Amino acid sequence: MPLLACRGLFTMQSAELIPHLFRTEYSKIVTVLGKRFGFAQIEIAEDIASETFLTAAQTWGINGVPANATAWLYSVAKNKAKNYLQRDNLFTGKITAELKDFADEEILEIDLSPQNINDSQLQMMFAICHPAISPESQIALSLRILCGFGIEEIADAFLTGKETINKRLFRAKEKLREAQISIELPADAEMDVRLSTVLTTIYLLFNEGYYSISQNKTVRKELCLEAMRLCTMLVENPGTNKAQVNALLALMCFHASRFDARVDDAGELILYEDQDTDLWSTDLVGKGGYFLTRAASGNQLSKYHLEAGIAYWNTQKADTQEKWEHILQLYNHLLQIAYSPIAALNRTYALSKAKSKSEAIAEAEKLNLTNNHFYFALLGELYTGVDPEKAETNFKIALSLAKTEANKMAIQRKINKL
Amino acid sequence: MDKFVLLFRMDNTMQTPSPEQLEVYMKQYHDWVGGIAAQNKFSGGIGLSTEGRVLLPNNVITDGPYAEIKETIAGFITIKAKDFDEAVSLAKGCPMLKGEGNSVEVRKISGVHNKED
Repeated sequence: MPLLACRGLFTMQSAELIPHLFRTEYSKIVTVLGKRFGFAQIEIAEDIASETFLTAAQTWGINGVPANATAWLYSVAKNKAKNYLQRDNLFTGKITAELKDFADEEILEIDLSPQNINDSQLQMMFAICHPAISPESQIALSLRILCGFGIEEIADAFLTGKETINKRLFRAKEKLREAQISIELPADAEMDVRLSTVLTTIYLLFNEGYYSISQNKTVRKELCLEAMRLCTMLVENPGTNKAQVNALLALMCFHASRFDARVDDAGELILYEDQDTDLWSTDLVGKGGYFLTRAASGNQLSKYHLEAGIAYWNTQKADTQEKWEHILQLYNHLLQIAYSPIAALNRTYALSKAKSKSEAIAEAEKLNLTNNHFYFALLGELYTGVDPEKAETNFKIALSLAKTEANKMAIQRKINKL
Repeated sequence: MDKFVLLFRMDNTMQTPSPEQLEVYMKQYHDWVGGIAAQNKFSGGIGLSTEGRVLLPNNVITDGPYAEIKETIAGFITIKAKDFDEAVSLAKGCPMLKGEGNSVEVRKISGVHNKED
């Protein structure tokens, strides 16, 4: 990949500016050109963007980084795109000789204005988050095209090889081409349905960063920030600024507020109760509150509203009855509209806090999640202080079922504490 | 897995609960439904407002369904269960059963006809 190759060239220059510039500008150029050429030619847009950075690498390596690096990149990209369009027009004979004379500049103009970049990125978001391809492919493609991540970074986030990611991206693009997806915002009648797919992908992208087992803390945080950036774009656009979008953004702000507290320098997960609350970001909690208020307009109650409500209460560390009663009710409602095993387990934990451990144990035994190590970890937790023997038995089953080192260590610590 | 409807019937001769009491009832109700949903056995539900109209033969329409009968349908939920025994055991926890005169009726769904959207 030329993009990664030229990153290496810049390490001598500016470690901070250049990778950032690559990522954001690569994405902008690909998106605008992709929109201009149509999704069928997205790979040509990617090639032009990569070539632009290769040219930059060669020139800047000798002359240094120009004062307005972004404008420099845009003008190179524009020229390359124009050359391509001219060649393409000549080759396909789309434009007759007479037309070409006066239409030349207008037809070949590439609009890299902030407004068009923003519009193109929004439209591209809907094209990529299309139900024609799997959620996994949507995330990978979003990271590549909307966020400008390198193949290696995506592979790192998914804990897989570059080859796998390349194949996944290739197939995803092929499918979108076959489905003749156009790069545009959906019509009003379709908006809610399509938006729901986009939100699912954004949330998965966020979770990929938040819960990933990848040890690369920087990449993980960036996945979360990118998910929040994409969601912010939706909130800023009147056509997509809906209650559920604000709720999702609130939810991510509340979760992200603990980002610096929940992982130590070695990349190890720090459990909620052991976190240093001084590291919790009050700024993000405030932002979450702002978007949650905005989400309350209208009468829609999406699963994001309920999850955001739960996430809000989790930003309050004090173990009050009020907190757990609210969390329990929110889980009760969440499970009615969207069941998931993890929500069922968390609801049972909230029940133990709001009511009693014995009530929670009775409910836990009905859950039928015996293939899930979190289920046994929960039972171990509930029996702790009630029946030490049963607590140990359950923790040990959890330990045998746990898949990651981090999970195993967390369970082992619980056993040691008994 | 079959689907069952749980029909909630309430004694309407009882006093209307205060807003505070109602809030407690709602919490108890959602704690119970939440427990069913946590087992992935909740399928849907519909709550009903308290006012209504009842149509009788000979073009008789009454305001409020409760003029002649003592009980009223408060709402219903549908659940997933493997048989009547399981459906009944899920229904047993319904907090409305704490109230004298109330009842929960368990019925298996035998057919569904819905308009396609």
